[in-house]
Amino acid sequence: MALKIVKGSIDRMFDKNLQDLVRGIRNHKEDEAKYISTCIDEIKQELKQDNIAVKANAVCKLTYLQMLGYDVSWAAFNIVEVMSSSKFTYKRIGYLAASQCFHENTDVIMLTTNQIRKDLSSPNQYDTGVALTGLSCFVTPDLARDLANDIMTLMSHTKPYIRKKAVLIMYKVFLKYPESLRPAFPRLKEKLEDPDPGVQSAAVNVICELARRNPKNYLSLAPLFFKLMTSSTNNWVLIKIIKLFGALTPLEPRLGKKLIEPLTNLIHSTSAMSLLYECVNTVIAGQYSCSVGSVCLRISVVKYLGLLAMSKILKTHPKSVQSHKDLILQCLDDKDESIRLRALDLLYGMVSKKNLMEIVKKLMIHVDKAEGTTYRDELLTKIIDICSQSNYQYITNFEWYISILVELTRLEGTRHGHLIASQMLDVAIRVKAIRAFAVAQMATLLDNAHLLTGNMQRNGICEVLYAAAWICGEFSEHLENPVQTLEAMLRPKVATLPGHIQAVYVQNAAKLFATILKNQEGNTDSTAAQETSQLMIDRLPLFVQSANLEVQERASCILQLVKYIQKLQQKDVEVAEEVSALFAGELNPVAPKAQKKVPVPEGLDLDAWINEPPSESESEDEQPKAIFTKEEPKHSRPRHTEVDEKELARRREARKQEQANNPFYIKASPSSQKVYQETPGVEHIPVVQIDLSVPLKVPGLPMSDQYVKLEEERRQKERAEKKKKEKKKRKEKRSGRGKKHDSGPESEEDITPAHVVDIVTEEMPENALPSDDDDKDPNDPHKVCDIQGNLQDGSQVVVSVIFENKSDSFLKSMEFNVLDSLNSKLQRPEGSGPHDGLTVPFQLPPGVSNEARFVFTVQSIVMPQKLKGTLTFIVKDSSTHEKLDFKLHFTCTSYLITTPCYSDAFAKLLESGDLKSSSVRLEGVNMPFHHLLARICFHHHFSVVERIDSCASMYSRSIQGHHVCLLVKTSGQTVSIDAKCDEPTLLGNVLDEIKQTFSQC
Amino acid sequence: MIKFVLMVNRQGQTRLSRYYHSVELSRRAALEADVVRYCLSRKKDQCSFVEYKDFKVVYRQYAALYIVVGITDSENELSIYELVHNFVEVLDKYFSRVSELDIMFNLDRVHIILDEMIQNGHIVETNKSRILAPLTAIDKMVES
Repeated sequence: MALKIVKGSIDRMFDKNLQDLVRGIRNHKEDEAKYISTCIDEIKQELKQDNIAVKANAVCKLTYLQMLGYDVSWAAFNIVEVMSSSKFTYKRIGYLAASQCFHENTDVIMLTTNQIRKDLSSPNQYDTGVALTGLSCFVTPDLARDLANDIMTLMSHTKPYIRKKAVLIMYKVFLKYPESLRPAFPRLKEKLEDPDPGVQSAAVNVICELARRNPKNYLSLAPLFFKLMTSSTNNWVLIKIIKLFGALTPLEPRLGKKLIEPLTNLIHSTSAMSLLYECVNTVIAGQYSCSVGSVCLRISVVKYLGLLAMSKILKTHPKSVQSHKDLILQCLDDKDESIRLRALDLLYGMVSKKNLMEIVKKLMIHVDKAEGTTYRDELLTKIIDICSQSNYQYITNFEWYISILVELTRLEGTRHGHLIASQMLDVAIRVKAIRAFAVAQMATLLDNAHLLTGNMQRNGICEVLYAAAWICGEFSEHLENPVQTLEAMLRPKVATLPGHIQAVYVQNAAKLFATILKNQEGNTDSTAAQETSQLMIDRLPLFVQSANLEVQERASCILQLVKYIQKLQQKDVEVAEEVSALFAGELNPVAPKAQKKVPVPEGLDLDAWINEPPSESESEDEQPKAIFTKEEPKHSRPRHTEVDEKELARRREARKQEQANNPFYIKASPSSQKVYQETPGVEHIPVVQIDLSVPLKVPGLPMSDQYVKLEEERRQKERAEKKKKEKKKRKEKRSGRGKKHDSGPESEEDITPAHVVDIVTEEMPENALPSDDDDKDPNDPHKVCDIQGNLQDGSQVVVSVIFENKSDSFLKSMEFNVLDSLNSKLQRPEGSGPHDGLTVPFQLPPGVSNEARFVFTVQSIVMPQKLKGTLTFIVKDSSTHEKLDFKLHFTCTSYLITTPCYSDAFAKLLESGDLKSSSVRLEGVNMPFHHLLARICFHHHFSVVERIDSCASMYSRSIQGHHVCLLVKTSGQTVSIDAKCDEPTLLGNVLDEIKQTFSQC
Repeated sequence: MIKFVLMVNRQGQTRLSRYYHSVELSRRAALEADVVRYCLSRKKDQCSFVEYKDFKVVYRQYAALYIVVGITDSENELSIYELVHNFVEVLDKYFSRVSELDIMFNLDRVHIILDEMIQNGHIVETNKSRILAPLTAIDKMVES
């Protein structure tokens, strides 16, 4: 026996230990697999020995081999043997091996239950500790059930070392054996207040994990956690607690308010980025309005995350982000492109009238510096996006914007020439005051076209010339030196441009020619005019030979025209008037939906058949829109006859009113040289006086920078003036309130635009609005919307819906469905169920819009209706089914039809006594009375019966024949409307809608 | 929750692995190789957080050694990033200037340290002296 022991220890001396194994593997790099297999054979031999030390050594090596990916499950029983050694050093090796190799399906685990129980109750805390650690890795449902009680007792062990391990392992036990949760929970809760921070942290961890699965049950613990949050100093624990609160706040909104203070404190005091990030994330998720601004500043050290967080904040608290403009601009310098692009996205959202110029100026600097065309193109589109967003809302000086656009044309290799061109056209057409300046710039551009043409062919920048040529031609009366421009447009080099641009060149050369003739014929020298004609005749043949059909056709047509003109000129006939008549008339922008605004003329029924309908459908068409046929004949006035002077004048006045109110009609702007009116009102927006010493017309290309300065000066002047006025007022009032903010920061409203901008807004008719824009996800790539309605007939309503595909994918199989209400129902074809959708009879390629009509039956019209609906469609490329929710809003106004009424009939109606009355007062309506009337007529389908000074009577009829009469009176800014109608509910709703119309303006 | 902790060298050899959820042995090797390749391919100035399949990976490089931690979505990446450094500091304190060899030859000790810090996929202890207390006690026991 003694010999055996001696032999065993001698063997051990020759055995490899773990270090030898590691070293050996390193020395046998070439035949590692072979070496390891011999090692495994040795280990198998060692495991057969009785000596526990040898076995432990073998198991230790096996653990290492297991880590390298060798299967050691065959040694499971030996591992259990080593685990049950009484010596801690071996036990530890056994448990480590077990925790690495065992899993739920290892069958020897059953054998360990008693051993583990023994270890758990061992007097040595390290025995218990190692057993707990091991158990946490291989606990099975059986083990959990058998040992739950033992572990629960350990949760109140005297040693914190054991307590914390026991608490943590309880989570695993709960997962494997859920029944244990209920009895263990009170003790777990207790551990949150354990004197030892380690145990606390363990309890927090467990409860956080549990609460993530089912937060509702843990709301009651909130006060406890709240205390912990203010007392704990361990960042890892704090993060867990904050995470837990993040899960709890949605269930208990009051918690959010309470959290603001500790969160803010943490944000300001912590130096740990992780904790800061967690706080910010929770703040954003909870949308607490605490001092988010300072957070961004600090978090932006972790730039990308910070930028991401900021874009979330921007949606809710734009002001606080705007103050970090400089920081975000700095991010544009970052090496990482994804950070730069994120920063750009942010900039888009944070521009204002005040900082637009500055931001764009910085962006322009970046454009110059930027390497790589993709990023530069991205910058370019962003600049244009930023400037043009919401109808150029933030641009106060359009000369500056034009200069920016012109500067952008100097970019080499950009793909976005088309975009720049469309912006130039848009601005020049819509902003009247800018035309002279724009034309001057465009003329320069045309003149220097050769600078661009060098590499224009490859890139899209030549598109700009398209815009330049058109603007110069259309607004040629503003040209300084039209002959020079004409010359530039007819250069032989033009023939190298793409066809569609040449076509515009030719056409606009003709317009220019007309203007030049007009100018020159006034002079005595007729040779100049003839020279111009000669120039045209000389140059045009180049275009006549063009391969492009469009160019050829236009050129040859114009050439013949000019030849004829020359003939006349030689006979000394004045032709200018007639030539310019060719291009007479001003081009005004029209909103795509403007047509909808035009009311259908009385007596015209677009749905009625012009000829006899085909015989088979005759029976179905029994009700041909009764509303118009029922009309009393005396109301339809004969047209084109007996129109006396008075009537004409009245009509002219009405038209003027309508025009004044029509956002699509561009008024002749007043003189553009007025400076700083006394009272800044809508009509008297001061127009900048440009200091001519600043070289605006320098040959070459303009610089936008100067505008930043100019604008600043202008604003300062304005501010100074305002302040003066304010002071005066204050003196007059002599209010004892003392000084308020005198030199406070310039607020948005203080900035008045430099140019009068006639901006076409795409307003919708008031008939059935697609209301509640927030119902639609603005980010939806397949935005199909624009629902408009036309109401007709006593009980039938036709809604025409314009589907516009704003995505890049082809949409098909569209189905339109509306959730019927009791009152309004979508008419579905016979045989289909009440919830079936209607197929939209067309498909939509990208960027295309089309209109479909749907018929609704409406029972009662006295209340406004909102119908919920969905549009489902298939995106062709990905063939995914997509859904778009919308709401159809039937306002009461939309049931009204403009019906003229004579004053005597109106008086009779009022006297009859059948009508119920109601009234409404509008305060602070700041518009001329005729505008007010026009607005009511236009938006609410009324007609004026009579008007005397500041008092007018109006009339309208509903589709079900209710009479609605209004008496509108105005005094100062107050408007009172007395109304009568035979249906009080309808009246109330109509009045509400009128009120709303005026509250919006 | 932490799913696994790996220590890998530049050659892609695993020096330590600890899983807190059961992964089959055969799949472990593939997963380790994949994650390590992913981390090694990234440049120094790139972000230390990577999304990998259904979990996130946080890694940190110390000389030739990478410490890679796999975590679930609910975990705070930055806190794990800081934990890794804490772990290395503890190792540094115990081994006094820890090197890859220390970890290779004292794997069981490194495991004890790791087990003291992370249990069950959760952080238990972050205080250095308290983490090392059991280990020094064990060392004393072995010596005597």
